[in-house]
Amino acid sequence: MSTSITELAVQSATTTEHEAPAKRWNGDRVFRYVTTFFALSILAILGLMLVEMTSESLPAIRKFGVKFLTSSDWDAVQEVFGALPYLYGSVVSSVLALLLATPLSIGAAIFITEICPKRVGKLIAPLVELLAAIPSVIYGLWGVLVMAPWLQSTVQPFLIERFGFLPFFQGAPYGVSMLAAVFILMIMVVPIITSITREVLLAVPSSQKEAAIALGATRWETIKIAILPYGKSGILGAAILGLGRAVGETMAVTMVIGNSPQISLSLLSPAYTMPSVIANEFAEATAKLHGAALMEVGLILLVVTLVINALARLLIWSVSRSANGGAA
Amino acid sequence: MMRSVAVRKAKNHLMTALMLAATAAVLIPLGLIFFHIVKMGLSSLNPDFFTNIPKPTGETGGGMANGMMGSFVMIAMASLIGLPVGILGAIYLAEFGGGRTSTAIRFAADVLSGTPSIITGMVAYTLLVVPLKGFSALAGSVALAMIMIPIVLRTTEEQLKMVPGSLREASLALGVPLWRTSLKVTLRSALSGVMTGVLLAVARVAGETAPLLFTALGNQFWGKSLTQPMAALPLQIFNFAISPYEDWHRLAWAGALVLVTVMFALSITARYFGSSREKA
Repeated sequence: MSTSITELAVQSATTTEHEAPAKRWNGDRVFRYVTTFFALSILAILGLMLVEMTSESLPAIRKFGVKFLTSSDWDAVQEVFGALPYLYGSVVSSVLALLLATPLSIGAAIFITEICPKRVGKLIAPLVELLAAIPSVIYGLWGVLVMAPWLQSTVQPFLIERFGFLPFFQGAPYGVSMLAAVFILMIMVVPIITSITREVLLAVPSSQKEAAIALGATRWETIKIAILPYGKSGILGAAILGLGRAVGETMAVTMVIGNSPQISLSLLSPAYTMPSVIANEFAEATAKLHGAALMEVGLILLVVTLVINALARLLIWSVSRSANGGAA
Repeated sequence: MMRSVAVRKAKNHLMTALMLAATAAVLIPLGLIFFHIVKMGLSSLNPDFFTNIPKPTGETGGGMANGMMGSFVMIAMASLIGLPVGILGAIYLAEFGGGRTSTAIRFAADVLSGTPSIITGMVAYTLLVVPLKGFSALAGSVALAMIMIPIVLRTTEEQLKMVPGSLREASLALGVPLWRTSLKVTLRSALSGVMTGVLLAVARVAGETAPLLFTALGNQFWGKSLTQPMAALPLQIFNFAISPYEDWHRLAWAGALVLVTVMFALSITARYFGSSREKA
């Protein structure tokens, strides 16, 4: 409503101008062009990213084709590049981290919004948001100097002793490992998923809740039948956003994963991810093909995260839009 | 099929306990991280940290003064590039947004803010480091600006939209042209909210490491010019944390404490701006 009135006002301001029409017209016109230019620059940045990354990785795409994704030979001296270990490391570390983080985050978000006293919730919620803003290099610092030694001395020997018969827990306790990367990623994405899920849950209309309570539902049943189904797609969006963050996470993972391009079922052995190999090798990649191969890894990473983020945004947008529609 | 009340109540208690446990599992590691940063950081922090540059390996002492300086310079440059783009772009979305282009821009901004920051580093590398034939603070600033723009754009747009339409209409009715209304009335009354977004964006890039790895590169000494490699606090924390030297680890902890303190100060200031707006 208000926008249409504004538009009318703008129209009348520009059309019923008598004194100096040309001058004012121009001011608004320039204003419109300038702001449009800057707004379009966002699309330009996104386009530039895709074009630059694609053109820079063309030599590697031409040379290796599909083999780039299926081979695990990565040798800068022989100029043979296959990115499979990095793909594997990225997928396994982020999916496992997400599997651990999502239930915890949903539980915490429900606890903050529905269960604990309002005052406590108001204290925890900004704290969680503040934690989501801690830079990844600091998570990495803690991971490599505190968590990895602890894993090496306590957790990994325990896992080897008790569950060593499983292929996932075989080998020596190195500390820096796939397991460390999974843990640090989990710790990092939990605040993100929790705070978005909290917002989604807050958007659930209270009539939904009240209806369930009026039917005699217990608190858990209210959450299960009224709140969670309503926030379903928003929570899914939050989890996917967390996945996007985990896939693209660079510094913290590079510091704790051990940076060894091997594909091993064991979570205790060191591994490597796509962002980590870029972080470690790109500045020193003087050979053209090496640089192009790293660019291709970056391109894959970019496309994967673009798809993940687009999906998450669409889900979250659909929720907030329907919530807004309900309120209006 | 109606289950007995006792079973349902027991289940209710069980789930409540589980959710409490989940909350604890979320907060405990984060609490531990915080605890270690404060404990290790405080014991390593001294005046030298703020005035000296890192000593060569083997010598004790030294600080990260060049890193803090470099971070400050590059954040200032990134803000100089990124803020006008973000804010003017947001004005477009708030004033003329509504069509498909605007939806595409909003979507692109949201998607961009989720792109791994190391990618912006790679793009800045191909755009600036390769043509200028060397790592530079300038390339680092551009990489950081690319991260700032989508954040500033979206937060500013939201703030501009919260300005009551009557205020704008009053200005337009007085014959003030749209561009003046937009800048002097809308933007001005949303200023504290816009500041919140700007501070949050600055806080975000202040901790970014990945985009600087192959743009600013880092420097053991003072960065002398914008076309030379420059040190940055997060880069130094990274390099020192993965080094094998106990002494460098201590410097990394001190750096982490300083970085986290600055970021929290920025976030709290941002929140203050945000809340003062809500009250008004």
